[in-house]
Amino acid sequence: MIEPLATDEKVVFERTEVLTDHALHYCPGCTHGIAHRLIAEVIEEMDIQDRTIGVCPVGCSVLAYQYFDVDIQQAAHGRAPAVATGIRRVLPPDRYVFTYQGDGDLASIGMGEILHAANRGEKITVIFLNNAIYGMTGGQMAPTTLPGQKTTTSPFGRDTAQTGHPIRMCEMLNTLVEPVLIARGSLSSPKGINRAKKLIRQAFELQHQGFTFVELLSTCPTGWGITPTDAVKWLDRNMTPFFPLQVFREPGAMPDASHKYAPDLKVRDEA
Amino acid sequence: MAGQRLLMKGTEAIAEAAIRAGCHHFFGYPITPQTEIPEYMSVRLPPLGGTYLQAESEVAAINMLYGAGGAGVRVMTSSSSPGVALMSEGFSYLVGAEVPAVIVNIMRGGPGLGNIAPAQGDYLEMTRGFGHGDMHAIVLAPSTVQEAVDVMGLAFDLADEYRNPVVVIGDGLLGQMMEPVSFPDTEPKVFDKPWATTGKAKSRPRNITNSLYLDADQLEAHVRDLDVKFQRMDVEQRAECWMTDDHPEIVIVAYGTMARIAKTAIRQLRAKGLSVGLYRPITAWPFPSRALEPLVEPTRAFLTVEMSLGQLVQDIRAQVGRRRPVSFYGRAGGVVPTVEEIISQVELLHASLAAA
Ligand code: SF4
Repeated sequence: MIEPLATDEKVVFERTEVLTDHALHYCPGCTHGIAHRLIAEVIEEMDIQDRTIGVCPVGCSVLAYQYFDVDIQQAAHGRAPAVATGIRRVLPPDRYVFTYQGDGDLASIGMGEILHAANRGEKITVIFLNNAIYGMTGGQMAPTTLPGQKTTTSPFGRDTAQTGHPIRMCEMLNTLVEPVLIARGSLSSPKGINRAKKLIRQAFELQHQGFTFVELLSTCPTGWGITPTDAVKWLDRNMTPFFPLQVFREPGAMPDASHKYAPDLKVRDEA
Repeated sequence: MAGQRLLMKGTEAIAEAAIRAGCHHFFGYPITPQTEIPEYMSVRLPPLGGTYLQAESEVAAINMLYGAGGAGVRVMTSSSSPGVALMSEGFSYLVGAEVPAVIVNIMRGGPGLGNIAPAQGDYLEMTRGFGHGDMHAIVLAPSTVQEAVDVMGLAFDLADEYRNPVVVIGDGLLGQMMEPVSFPDTEPKVFDKPWATTGKAKSRPRNITNSLYLDADQLEAHVRDLDVKFQRMDVEQRAECWMTDDHPEIVIVAYGTMARIAKTAIRQLRAKGLSVGLYRPITAWPFPSRALEPLVEPTRAFLTVEMSLGQLVQDIRAQVGRRRPVSFYGRAGGVVPTVEEIISQVELLHASLAAA
């Protein structure tokens, strides 16, 4: 028989209510579950569950709509930033809108949508899980696959002469004027996870000021074909040097948007 | 300006009618020959507190509709053939997730880049579901600027009522034409949308906008539910039968701009003593079979006229079968059949009936 808790015992951990009871479908050792929990905890801590609308992608996290206990939309492959734009533009400004996307979804098929949403300064938070591979379809090459990395569609290792180098999304978005937060974290260690949660929190807190983007380096032990413990080591050894863990943009470190050129804007009827 | 008659261009009348139907949110990408619609929206919507947003592509635009429609507002886009084709994936998601939205297709010459001249070559694409999977959507085909105004209000009501996207098809002639129009005095209907993703109040379970059903049995059940809904849409059939009360010998079949030209031809043919009428689908889907059926028996022959090479005629032949001859005349690539061409086609048909 289970003994009731003695009254002097203290609850030190409770699962966040922003995650449903649904069993996660992710593989053992996959960091998607951690990312889900961090986002859900931030939503709970900010007390915005009733004002949050999520958008989930196509990829391993296609079923994320089952796990977050918030109003949520399931988007077409790569289009989550466009869907989020539609939601953000029509709902009251006190709402929080986030997308959750993987690297195939965001950095390949959805490149146009993410760049333009960022460039418009859509007041949304994008959580970008980068695990350098297509997990759901069984381990194919992604736009973020490392040079020489073997996948089912780069069986001899990614040949940069044929397929180019991995795309660094944070660095690319950092060329734009509008974003207010661009940062990369990693889910490979407890320290990294704590830092990742702070970044997610910062992103949600800054969301009503503009576009916020948090990339999280993640593991895919199944797609990489190694154990979960080797996977975190592999991430640290191979991904972090190419994808530096940095805050690229934050308030106070905004680019100069005052345009040093003075365009002659007289066109059409004003001319 | 309600009630009052205004001289307006087709495209601008479509935009104004949408706004008066309660659509304050527009997402789109410029493409000829419909760009006056987004231009008009970009002036009118911001002062109303609405959204005008130029998307980075038609693909993004249709997905913005998905987000906004899923959040419960009336939302639309407009485009033209190649741009609309890019929206077909997102359109299928709208159907699958039961998100209402309105898509205006001002058709132009195709295939490929084609040209920007008026055409009706997207009839089959629009009426056969326009998207992957077992799906359908109501397609409205106005033939005058006033009718375009009227169907815009209807389109938003039907979209909300059935929780399904609705398509309005026209062509560059309708878009550019200026005609007097009046707008309805009535307030737009407001539909309750308890399913919208607006933020989960503590009092209710979360709302999910979704078209994914990994389990085959569950997906089949969903598709069957959708199919029941598509069958219910059959009551929305609309058509005009014009000059058919006296059981004319020949009935011309045409829709949209083509039907206007056919009416001019019919007036002239009647002046010459020929017995001709018009059957004009207003809903391209559901195909208005109930209005066509009573015409089959008394009519000796049908002539379908299109700005395409034989698309609507397939629906006519499917219904008329071998009961009556159905002939066809069409031009493509942005060439519009003229009144004279229609007259000579009818005269030929009349002569062959007389000889038979
Ligand atoms: S395939 Fe990779 S990313 Fe997908 S659930 Fe498994 S471990 Fe996670």
